[in-house]
Amino acid sequence: RDYQQTDTKYSSGWKQWKGTSSKLMKKVLNDIKESSSYLKLWRHDIHSIEGKFGTGIQSYFSFLRFLVLLNFIIFILMFSFVTLPSIISTHGIFNSTFTKIPPKNIEPHCTVYTPSGNKGLVYFYTYLKDLLSGTGFLEVTSLFYGYYTIDAAWVSVLRYNLPLAYLLTTLAYLALSLIWIIKRSVEGFRQNLVRHEDQFQSYCNKVFAGWDFCITDPNAARLKHRSLQYELQTDLEEERLKRKIADRTTKEKLRIYSLRIFINIIVLAVLSGCFYSIYMATAFSQNHSVVSIRHDIRAANLLVQYLPSIVITLANFIAPQIFSLLISFEDYSPAFEIRLTLMRCVFVRLANIGVLMFSLWSQISSCTTDECKACGYNYELYPCWESEVGQEMYKLMIFDFIIIVAVTLFLDFPRKLLVTHCSCKLVQWCGLPEFGISDNVLEIIYGQTICWIGTFFSPLLPGIATIKYFLIFYIKKISLMHTRKPAARPVRASSSNFFFLVVLLIGLVLAFVPVGIGIGYIPSSKACGPFRNFSTSWAVVPATILGFPVGLQQVIHGIASEAFAVPFFMVICLVMFYFIALAGAHKRVVEQLKDQLILESRDKLFLIRKIAEAQSH
Amino acid sequence: AYKRFSELLPKEERENACSARVPKGQILTLPELRANPFQHRICRVFSTSDSGDDSMSFEDFLDMLSVFSDSATSDIKSHYAFRIFDFDDDGTLDKKDLEKLVNCLTGQGEESRLSDTEMEQLIQNILEESDIDKDGTINLSEFQHVVSRSPDFTSSFKIVL
Repeated sequence: RDYQQTDTKYSSGWKQWKGTSSKLMKKVLNDIKESSSYLKLWRHDIHSIEGKFGTGIQSYFSFLRFLVLLNFIIFILMFSFVTLPSIISTHGIFNSTFTKIPPKNIEPHCTVYTPSGNKGLVYFYTYLKDLLSGTGFLEVTSLFYGYYTIDAAWVSVLRYNLPLAYLLTTLAYLALSLIWIIKRSVEGFRQNLVRHEDQFQSYCNKVFAGWDFCITDPNAARLKHRSLQYELQTDLEEERLKRKIADRTTKEKLRIYSLRIFINIIVLAVLSGCFYSIYMATAFSQNHSVVSIRHDIRAANLLVQYLPSIVITLANFIAPQIFSLLISFEDYSPAFEIRLTLMRCVFVRLANIGVLMFSLWSQISSCTTDECKACGYNYELYPCWESEVGQEMYKLMIFDFIIIVAVTLFLDFPRKLLVTHCSCKLVQWCGLPEFGISDNVLEIIYGQTICWIGTFFSPLLPGIATIKYFLIFYIKKISLMHTRKPAARPVRASSSNFFFLVVLLIGLVLAFVPVGIGIGYIPSSKACGPFRNFSTSWAVVPATILGFPVGLQQVIHGIASEAFAVPFFMVICLVMFYFIALAGAHKRVVEQLKDQLILESRDKLFLIRKIAEAQSH
Repeated sequence: AYKRFSELLPKEERENACSARVPKGQILTLPELRANPFQHRICRVFSTSDSGDDSMSFEDFLDMLSVFSDSATSDIKSHYAFRIFDFDDDGTLDKKDLEKLVNCLTGQGEESRLSDTEMEQLIQNILEESDIDKDGTINLSEFQHVVSRSPDFTSSFKIVL
């Protein structure tokens, strides 16, 4: 304090003013940051979960929050650019009109499409069935691709090209998801890199600077205590495991590696079993739900329609159980165990979707007659194949949600009741389950991949996904608080966060494939949808470009030609090599600085020893 | 700051708050200190009372606030942090001090303490990282050296009124 007082006496008025104004700025910035953190959705809930169950589970819930936001933004995008203009122009609001260009040069049999909304007296049961499977009255709403049949909307003199808007919005939402995920994972990657650098003093830092002296609330203090305890325990656990791994003898290593290879073979066998069953189930379901039966109200028919979803859900449920059982034999560190199980489960779930898409594609493009070849797709079974795919995605999403709710209601809560009230040994030995982070993350990534694939075929699907994830947050939170026990092995979350985003990215890249094939390869259905007048959905872009002024056309043709693409690609490769070299150089500098630090501390040791010696003489 | 200090005193003594001493129990009712696990150590370190009852005068109060403020240098903070963490006031941080420190951090109560093996392992690691002269204790200069390389210290060792 004396120093400070002398300082203030001797500094001039200008310095004093600068000092006070910088203090004020800092305070204002702090206040803004605090108040903006209040605006974050569910901030309080996630904070309390972090305190009770650790950062691993908290990262799951923040991931869920991110997906809710992403889906909401995608929904807003699709709604405002595709659905809203359609609705406005078909109902004539704002004096808008629409035009439907009649198709030319197309075989008439391709354009027959009569979705029957429910006409006349129907059972109430039909509405429920339609709601669950997207047929009947839902098929003709704006939920599915088939509704968007207008070709252009006019508001006074402005022409709104709906097919182009549809296509561009699809590309836009895929690009937006890609950019947002990459941005988030880059932040996580940076943290990951910093943490992975072998910190000299992680323990000292945590112990001496661990307590935040600003905490005033006893609840916050309790949470901080818990999180500190978890962190210290995690670090110690990881260190113990590292030592154990380093101490292994060669014989043990051999045994473990051969065991791992054997288990991987089992894993591959399980995977191929799943794929085969999904393929058979989809083929069976499509063959047996022919158009005429589809409007039948027998319960068995609903089961047949949902057969692919059921098989996929069963496979997604059984395979992870098998994997988590197997991984306990493989003796990895807890962080790596989670990652490997996650990778395997990722592969199962995403490949399941891939197999479903593939079987749908083979069904849609299976053409035996000449008439069918003229249309390009199987027009008898699928007059409007995009709506079919959209319905399939819709069914998957609804079923996924139903399963999550059902598992929570019928599995978790009775188990909790059983454990608390029944004191027989078997029940107590089973006990309460822990919160399986990897399973739950995979569940939501699976749902999100379906949403991405389905949005092109069913524009309102992201809205349904937003509501679904919103509800899932509360369901999972209640289930967590009441029916789960805290993890026996505390797990660190920061690297898991980055890993979840990488898996989400894999899901997104997987979603590109069916959407890309649907847009550019399979001919668009001639009976419904905005792309009736084009050979494929992508064809609207060249058609629009032909309408541009000649100069612009030439520029665009130049960009798309090989003369431009090859040099561009080479330049990008060069830039990439430059950055890789830069990163390598920085790494070398960091290593050198680390060595210097070690040398410095050795010098200090030497000097202190000398001083001690000199003092003792 | 004067206002906060005088609020702690009972009504009669408020006029000459500059010279009065506030008993420890009252100090601990401050919201900033209430949730702090090091509250007793803080009172002990900053109190200049001769009778050892850890009461604080206004001067002591100001001292405490200035050390914990943003404008205190890292040297001053680490000096006082050392004194706070030194539970037995012997000038060094030995194993018992570190044990009490870790227990303060993880919270009171039986289930929130680390097990004995974990504590042992943790203290070994801390001493490995910070004890330069290998005497089994951390003295002031070692502590200041370790803290100067720790990125979070200045931001966490801070109280804002």
